[in-house]
Amino acid sequence: MSLWLVLAVNSVTLGGLLFLLSAGFSLIFGLMKIPNLTHGSFFMLGAYLAATLIGWGLDFWTAAVVAGLLVAAFGGAIERLILRRLAGAELAQVLVTLGLSFMVADVCLKVWTGDPIRIDTPRALAGVASFGGLAFPAYRLAISVIAVGFAVALWALLDRTRLGAMIRAGVDDPAMARVAGIRVSRLFTIVFCLGAWLAGFAGVIGGPILSVYPGLDQEMLPLALVVVILGGSGSLLGSLLGSFVVGFLYNFGQALFPELAYVVLFLPMLIVLVVRPQGLFGRPAV
Amino acid sequence: MSLTLSRRSFLAGSAALAAIRSTRAQAQSKPVRIGLLTVKTGPLAAGGIQMEQGTIRFFKDRNYTLAGRKVDLVVADTGGNPAGTKTKTQELVERENVDMIFGPLAAFELLAITDYAAQAKMPILSLAAAEDMTQRRPNPYFIRASATSSQNMHPLAEYAAKELKFKRVITLADDFAFGHEQMAGFQRVFEDAGGRVVKKLWPPLSTPDYTPYLAQISGADAVVQGFAGSNPLKFMKQYRDQGLKLPVLGGGTACDDALLKSYGDEAVGMVSCSAYTGDLDTPSNKRLIDGMVRDYGNIPGLYSAGLYINGQVAEAALEKTGGKTDDREAFNLALRAVSLTDTPRGPFSFDHFGNVVGNFYIRRCERKGDRLVNTTIKTYTKVSQFWTYDEKWFLSQPVYSRDYPPLKG
Repeated sequence: MSLWLVLAVNSVTLGGLLFLLSAGFSLIFGLMKIPNLTHGSFFMLGAYLAATLIGWGLDFWTAAVVAGLLVAAFGGAIERLILRRLAGAELAQVLVTLGLSFMVADVCLKVWTGDPIRIDTPRALAGVASFGGLAFPAYRLAISVIAVGFAVALWALLDRTRLGAMIRAGVDDPAMARVAGIRVSRLFTIVFCLGAWLAGFAGVIGGPILSVYPGLDQEMLPLALVVVILGGSGSLLGSLLGSFVVGFLYNFGQALFPELAYVVLFLPMLIVLVVRPQGLFGRPAV
Repeated sequence: MSLTLSRRSFLAGSAALAAIRSTRAQAQSKPVRIGLLTVKTGPLAAGGIQMEQGTIRFFKDRNYTLAGRKVDLVVADTGGNPAGTKTKTQELVERENVDMIFGPLAAFELLAITDYAAQAKMPILSLAAAEDMTQRRPNPYFIRASATSSQNMHPLAEYAAKELKFKRVITLADDFAFGHEQMAGFQRVFEDAGGRVVKKLWPPLSTPDYTPYLAQISGADAVVQGFAGSNPLKFMKQYRDQGLKLPVLGGGTACDDALLKSYGDEAVGMVSCSAYTGDLDTPSNKRLIDGMVRDYGNIPGLYSAGLYINGQVAEAALEKTGGKTDDREAFNLALRAVSLTDTPRGPFSFDHFGNVVGNFYIRRCERKGDRLVNTTIKTYTKVSQFWTYDEKWFLSQPVYSRDYPPLKG
C-alpha cells in the first residue's frame, strides 16, 4: 500500500519539474510554431551554469535565477540571429535547433568536462518530511509547490496582463495581431527568452535531484515533447496536466512494467497524436 | 657576434647529427605505433577522456620510448557507438598501420570490432568487460588487464555474505549487458555462500529519476548497485534523499576513485570492490597518481589506471620480443605471457584466455577532511574470472545474463 502512495507523491513531484521544463517549450511552439529541440540543452546549460555560480559562492536560489537569465540571453540571441530568418521553414528550424543542441553539448563537454557535477540541495530543504510513517524528501515536495506557483504566475501573466493578451492574440492569429498593431516579432523574442529562462531555471531546480552530466539534455527533451503533445501546445493548462500525467506514467510505468517503461510513456503520446493531434487541451488548428 | 655564430653553427651541427642518428635509429627500428580507441564526445566521454589521460601519463613516464623504440600514439574518437568504432578501427589498422590497439571503452564497441581485429591479427588491450570475450567466444588477440563484468562482483558477494553477514539483498544496475553480468556474478557467489538475492531491478541506462525503483526497496539487509558512468552519482543522491538507510555495496564503476570528487556525503559508507584502488602502495601507483594530479588535477580511477597498466603490459611484451612487433603472432603470445608485479593495481598475470588474474580490493568510502577516499579493508589476491569455480564447469553454464541465474522462489 505504501508503495502506491510513495509512487503517487513522486509522480506529482516529477510532474512539477516537467511542468517547469515544458511550459516554455509549449509557449514557444504555441506562439512561434518552432519545435525547439534546443530546449533540453537550455535545461542542461542552466544546471551547468548554476553549478559554476554556486561554486563562486552564490546561494542556490540566486544562482537559479541568474543561470536562467544567462540561458534566456542565449535563447534570445538564437531567436534574433537565426530562427527569425527561418520563420515558417519547419524543417530548417528542426535541423537548426537539433544542430545547436549538439553544439551546446560539445561546448559543455569542453567547459565542464565529462565528469558528472552534483548540485547540493538547498540546506533549508535538505531534510525528509514524514507523513504517517512515510518519508518524502522535502526538496521534492518543494518542487511541486514551486511548479504550481509558476503555473499560477504564468496563467496570471497570460490571462490578466496586456502582454499576455498580446501573446494570446499572436498564438491565435499572428497576421491579424499584426494588423491590430501588435509587434509580433518582439513578442516572439520575449516568449523565446521566457521559454529559455524557464528551461534554464528548471535545469537548476532539477540539479539537486538529477545532478548534471553530458547527455542530460537528450534525456529530458523527449519528456518535454511527450508533455507538450499530450497536453496540447500553447496551452498552459495542457502543459500542467500533461506534466502530471507524464509524471504518473513514468513512475508507475517504471515500477510496474520496467521492461515496457518506454512503451507506457510513449504509447499514450502516439494515441493522442493519432486520435487528437491538437493534444488533450489544445485547440484544433484553424 | 662570434658567439652567436658559433652557437648557430653548433646548433646546426648538432641538428645534423641528430638527423643522422634518427635515420640510423629508423633503419634499425621505426617507431612502434599504438592506436587508442577512446570516446571524447557524448555521454561516455568522461571515461574516454580519463583513458586518454592515463595513456599519455604512461608514455610521458617512459619518455615515449618502450624497449628502445620510440612510440607514436594515434588517438581516435569512436563517438561511443559501434559504427564509429568500426570505422576508426579500420583507419587505425589499414591507414595508420598501428602495431596494437588500446581500447575501446564499452563492450558494444568491442563486439563491433572483435571479428575484424582477429582477422587482422591486431592485438587489442581493452577495458571492455564483456564476459564472453574471454570465455565462450574468445578472440585470441584480445587481452584484458582490468576485469570481466563479474570479476569484481564475485569477491564483493563473498565479502557481503561471509564478513558483513548479509542474508538478503536487492540489486540495482543499468539495464544493459554490463549491469546484467555484474549482478548475475554477484548472485551466484552470494547464494552459494548462503545468501539470497530477493529482487533485481533494472532501470534503463538513461533514467533521470530513480524513485520508481527506490520505492520498491524493502525487506533486505543491503542494496547492491552496479551503475556506471554518471548514474551511480544520481542514484546515490536520490537514494539518500529518499531517506533510505540500508547499507550500499557497489561494483568497480559504482564508487570509482575518479568519481569521488563528484560525490558528496551520500557515498560515505559505501563498500565497493574494484581492480584499482588509489590507496595501493606501489611505486607505479604513486607515480600515476602524482602525474595525474600534476598534469590534469584529477585523481586517477579505473579508466586512467587501466590504460596506464595497458601501457605497462605493452612495454613488458616489447621487452620480451626485443622491441619487435613484426611477427604479430609472437608479439601476441608475448603480450599474453606478461606477468607484472609493480603496477597501479598490484601484481597480475593472464589466464589462457588473455584475461587478468590479479588483486581485487574491497574498499569503504570515507570522509577525510574535505574530500572522500576509498579505504581498502580487504584484498582478494589472484582472483580469476572463474572465481573459485572449476573452469570447465563455469564455461558449461550459460553466460551471465539478465535472467541467469534465475531468482529463487
